[in-house]
Amino acid sequence: MTTTAEVAPVIELRGVSRRFGSAQEGQPQGGPVTALSEVDLTIRPGDHLAITGSSGAGKSTMLNILGLLDRPSAGEYYFDGVATSSLRDRRRSALRGSSIGFVFQSFHLLPGRSVLGNVLLAFVYGSVPRSERLRRASEALDRVGLSHRLAFSPATLSGGERQRVAIARSVCGGAKVLLADEPTGNLDRVNADAILTLFDELNADGLTLVVITHDAAVAERARRRIGLADGKLTELGATP
Amino acid sequence: MTGRTRFGPTALIGEALEGVGSKPSRLLITVLGTMVGIGALVLTIGLGQTAGGQLTAHFDSVAATHVEAAPTSVKGADGDGHASSALPRDAAARASALAGVDASVLLGEVPLGDSTVTAVPVHDPSSPTLTPPPVWAADGDLLGALDGRLAEGRFFDGGHQQRADRVAVLGKEAADKLGIHSLAGGPSVFIGSHAYSVIGILESVDTRRELQSAAIVPLAAAERDFPDLPPPGILALKIAVGATDLVSHQVPIALDSAEPQNITVAASPTTTALEGGVRNDLDAVFVLIGVITLLAGGLGIANVTLLGVSERTGEIGLRRALGATRPQIAAQFALESLITGALGGTIGAAVGVAVVVAVSAASGWTPVLDLALALGSTLLGGLVGLAAGAYPALKAARTEPADALRS
Repeated sequence: MTTTAEVAPVIELRGVSRRFGSAQEGQPQGGPVTALSEVDLTIRPGDHLAITGSSGAGKSTMLNILGLLDRPSAGEYYFDGVATSSLRDRRRSALRGSSIGFVFQSFHLLPGRSVLGNVLLAFVYGSVPRSERLRRASEALDRVGLSHRLAFSPATLSGGERQRVAIARSVCGGAKVLLADEPTGNLDRVNADAILTLFDELNADGLTLVVITHDAAVAERARRRIGLADGKLTELGATP
Repeated sequence: MTGRTRFGPTALIGEALEGVGSKPSRLLITVLGTMVGIGALVLTIGLGQTAGGQLTAHFDSVAATHVEAAPTSVKGADGDGHASSALPRDAAARASALAGVDASVLLGEVPLGDSTVTAVPVHDPSSPTLTPPPVWAADGDLLGALDGRLAEGRFFDGGHQQRADRVAVLGKEAADKLGIHSLAGGPSVFIGSHAYSVIGILESVDTRRELQSAAIVPLAAAERDFPDLPPPGILALKIAVGATDLVSHQVPIALDSAEPQNITVAASPTTTALEGGVRNDLDAVFVLIGVITLLAGGLGIANVTLLGVSERTGEIGLRRALGATRPQIAAQFALESLITGALGGTIGAAVGVAVVVAVSAASGWTPVLDLALALGSTLLGGLVGLAAGAYPALKAARTEPADALRS
């Protein structure tokens, strides 16, 4: 039997640093800022990881690097065994669209589209056949408990329902990793619990979860917790 | 590792249409920009063409009843055109006798040389040198042949010609230039050393408008006072409607029966040149107004699109997160701008055409509009939208997804 430690990592950071403040990036004067400093991190399929830290610790920078939304200033980032630093924008976009799902604190739903339309947006830039898209979107919405809200406008939904739509959108395309940035930041405790339970279920189905949060209660739900301070990672603990 | 994405033209058009229709208030403002621009362009050019059509109708009626006969020009050894013969001295009388000819006048410009044309008998060496008004010699019914009208006085007649009286009729501009505003007091003009009594002032001349700025004297008097006067080269005719072919055939024979090919009959060149000039001026003014308005409309689209990009930064970030490349983002925003422009162009053209028709109907004109302009407005609007949306589209494509998702 293969243990988790023996499975090839889906995410691997080797000596990754990210600095801001070079002239090219148009940052204000005052010298460069190191948001991440020589970070090494390995995440295997099925992991449920929480990255915590105070404001300015580098959490968002970490999410952008992991989500292929930003490039490291130094080091190498391997996603599913592929060195991503040298990939051109087109390849990075394709990899991001097909393998990484995002959940944001502010949901990022398009107000002019229905619930189903927002989920179907996940397929626009991908390679899922048109005939399968409706089925997969409907299944994803069923999975998050919103099959009765397909034609609704996001404006008519509660915060918890909006976040569930966003989760359905992020997983319906067959993502290997779900990156969640403060996913419960805009929700009350009841809705937050429901979302975290949904995450647990998705993780139990094999989805790799990386949750960025400053909320200790949210971090406690993860099996593995990592602290981020001054751009450096510290393993905080793991739950078997 | 995944392969290439499948964001084809159908998906691009679908997303662009969704984007255009997602916020009706923004769509309305953006469409209004192009609509006003294209509408104004169609309206101004349409009114210009309609006004031009009215002018053409007017000039056509003038051209149909006014012709000129002149000696046929042949190319000489020096390569320049020369008159092959001269018009007979009694050309006006001969032409008047023909059927279909209502009036005729024989015209020739008097070469002044160093002679001056003034309203005072004494030459003042200290006075500024002014270009003298031209002097034309005429024999026949000038007012009838050229559709002229007198402001004051009378025109010289057969008696004046017979006696070779020194009388003159001044064009309105020539009278103003010479400071003669009234016939009261019996004014005279001094052409060279000869005093000519001014017996009339022209109000207007429909053809040969250059006579407005000239002094016109009897041909007989000019022949006596100016020995170098060449034979008059123009026989202007007012003819009956539909008599053009008949007159064109008969006049050369009446003037030179031996060699009628030496005489050419044609529409008044002044009329044609004037019509062309007026039409060109009109077209230029209306096109300029239209283009300026269109430019303003384009700037409006650019502004609203730029504002839309700022508003939709979060959406741009989301699309990037979902796998969109920079060119795909740019293409979507550019296409949205093109669609908006085309929509505005179509509506603007429809409104412009409607206003042109309404204005024409109210004025009793025949509306004239270039079909290509009306039908091409959708394309033009699209191009304006595309041009105006190019920068906002590039700005959208350059938006960093990480920054966009924070908004």
